Amino acid sequence: MKVSCEALRQVEAICRKFKNDPGELISILHECQNTLGYLPEEVQRVIARELGIPASKVYGVVTFYSFFSMVPKGKYPVSVCLGTACYVRGSDKVLEEFKRVLGIEVGETTPDGKFSLDCLRCVGACGLAPVATIGEKVYGRLNPSDIKKIVAEFDG
Amino acid sequence: MTINSPDALESIRQEALKALSVREESNHSGKAEAAGLDKGTPHLQILCCGGTGCKASESATIVENFRASLSAHGIADKVDVIVPGCFGFCEKGPIVKIVPDNTFYTSVRPADVEEIVTSHIIGGNKVERLLYTDPGTGQHISDSKHMNFYRKQLRIALRNCGFIDPENILEYIARDGYKALATSLMRDSLDVLADIKASGLRGRGGAGFPTGVKWEIARKFDAPDKYVVCNADEGDPGAFMDRSIMEGDPNSVIEAMMICGYCINAHHGLIYIRAEYPLAVHRLQVAIGQAREYGLLGKNILGTGFDFDIEIRYGAGAFVCGEETALIHSMEGKRGEPTLKPPFPAEAGYFGHPTNVNNVETLANVPVILTKGPQWFASIGTEKSKGTKVFALAGKINNVGLIEVPMGTTLREIIYDIGGGVKGGKKFKAVQTGGPSGGCLTEKHLDIPIDYESLAAAGSMMGSGGMIVMDEDDCMVSVAKFFLEFTVGESCGKCTPCRIGNKRMLEILDKITQGRGTLEDLDTLENLAKVIKDTALCGLGQTSPNPVLSTLANFREEYVEHVQNHVCRAHKCKALLTYSIDPDLCKGCSACARGCPAEAIAGEVRKPFSINSEKCIRCGMCLSRCKFGAIKVF
Repeated sequence: MKVSCEALRQVEAICRKFKNDPGELISILHECQNTLGYLPEEVQRVIARELGIPASKVYGVVTFYSFFSMVPKGKYPVSVCLGTACYVRGSDKVLEEFKRVLGIEVGETTPDGKFSLDCLRCVGACGLAPVATIGEKVYGRLNPSDIKKIVAEFDG
Repeated sequence: MTINSPDALESIRQEALKALSVREESNHSGKAEAAGLDKGTPHLQILCCGGTGCKASESATIVENFRASLSAHGIADKVDVIVPGCFGFCEKGPIVKIVPDNTFYTSVRPADVEEIVTSHIIGGNKVERLLYTDPGTGQHISDSKHMNFYRKQLRIALRNCGFIDPENILEYIARDGYKALATSLMRDSLDVLADIKASGLRGRGGAGFPTGVKWEIARKFDAPDKYVVCNADEGDPGAFMDRSIMEGDPNSVIEAMMICGYCINAHHGLIYIRAEYPLAVHRLQVAIGQAREYGLLGKNILGTGFDFDIEIRYGAGAFVCGEETALIHSMEGKRGEPTLKPPFPAEAGYFGHPTNVNNVETLANVPVILTKGPQWFASIGTEKSKGTKVFALAGKINNVGLIEVPMGTTLREIIYDIGGGVKGGKKFKAVQTGGPSGGCLTEKHLDIPIDYESLAAAGSMMGSGGMIVMDEDDCMVSVAKFFLEFTVGESCGKCTPCRIGNKRMLEILDKITQGRGTLEDLDTLENLAKVIKDTALCGLGQTSPNPVLSTLANFREEYVEHVQNHVCRAHKCKALLTYSIDPDLCKGCSACARGCPAEAIAGEVRKPFSINSEKCIRCGMCLSRCKFGAIKVF
């Protein structure tokens, strides 16, 4: 996937907003991901050039933190909570069912770009365990048999 | 408007107290009689929980509905809608509390709002069906003070959560907020530090290092730029103490950081917070903005000449960043890898400047220690662990929620009295404390008064306060594997014992859950665990074998069953299970087939069904749907 020149100019602007300070790398990455949705190689190279640090350093940071992604997320990003509270209430089965229904593994996006699947560690809604989020919406007290229906809500 | 002296702060407090007086009085008097506009109550307040848990259950819509309904009835001027932080009783969320009569409504739905307004707010009649029902007596309880969930709690760090509007600094000031700062700035900073030391406060992030001593060390290193860092990178899965404090009472953290700054001669504050906590981030931003507006952050605070300001830094999802050296590297824009101590951050931390790192809950205790006195704080708790501890109680328990109890409370009191016992009447098996660094404790540990020392002696740890209850359906080998999967995923990869050792342990555990383990594997596991514990670089690696060691110590027979008999008694390890349908018991209702996500069950209605074991994914759905006990698992 090619990143547009316009997007790369936005990246430059973000770097400059943070005064091209390498100490602000993580803040810059957050803002770039917020703006573009993900952090592909071209974007990382631009950031490296702006900040005057090797691209490998930027790549090292992007891949270290689970919050950053080098692939675009789906239109409806699905995150299944695998915190301990959700785990003991069966979130592993919920995750398996999402994988089966969507036909993708964790970290992947469906070919039509609609759904992506991720795990996260604790949304903090442990009273509703097991929990998954799709976009901003939180689904609680999930049962594997609910998943098909929930996915269908977005598939229309 | 700038508050430029301690006296000005006091007069603002007096003024702000008026808005809070209804809540304060009802909190103390606890009138049981329902208040209502028609009964002559001049003013009511509706407190609608705005914590993350309740927001996930549409509490924001409930707030909107209340505002719309009050306007429609033309009574918006007589009734306030306030959105405080977490009340703690997440199991029964969303929570709506009405003052002055202290009515505590549970599991409120947006559709219930109109009834609450017409029946209670206007008519003065409580909506009985939304009241909490005591599971023991079957009676409705209206005031949360009388619920078992709250009775044994002592809320110090959570003192303002569920009480004040976290986005209104005046409500914090009304509750003696910034008073500790004001009095501290008038005193010698050494005396303030001595108070913190005398209180016996210890780090609530896990290790339990005495906070006063930490500050004292940080104070010794003189430099023009020193930093106070708040560690809000709460990474334990299933723990949400710090998040709730920041969402419910962000000003307490800000005030404490300033007091710390005054004690150690630092003028810069940084809050390192997970990007996964958008609501907490927002509330902190609002609080910092308001504090600046009132001159409580910035230059010449309260006219005393003390300068201090705070910035927020974002984490990006790495558990290891809870370790202070890793956290500092992350704030510098680098990979969050820990480094060997010494030098400690107190000497060379953020970009080489002396840095003091404290956890959120630790800081939240500081202002109240100074306003109520160190002796008061030291009188609570056990000999070596003073004060209270906040726990996120979750898992197979009736009352999931956020609780705060004095140190020395027993696990039994927490699980049975506050937590209401194990969900669904199942048998208690274990309680996991300390997250991925902690251990699983059993029935025999239930009567230990918990503090830092007793939990460590029992093979677990206090950790940051996650407490997960497990029942007879949980396989302890799988639980150990779950935590190890977490640590393997979160290991930064810098040191060999953690990077490779944990991976090897995980492989062995995987083998055992697949039914291919041997008895020698158990010994290897134990040896590896001890080596990793002794040799890993940072706290994450050193504690990562704890879940394995504690389950091996307390549930060795389950490991042996997996290995020798190929049996998982909790029916969790799929490779060891076979599902089948007993044709004598099956009524042919097709409930199992309709629920089967793998479409592995077939049959004719009213005749026995059967399971195709090749298609079966062993999810257990059929077992949960069959009403006749016809599904057999071996």
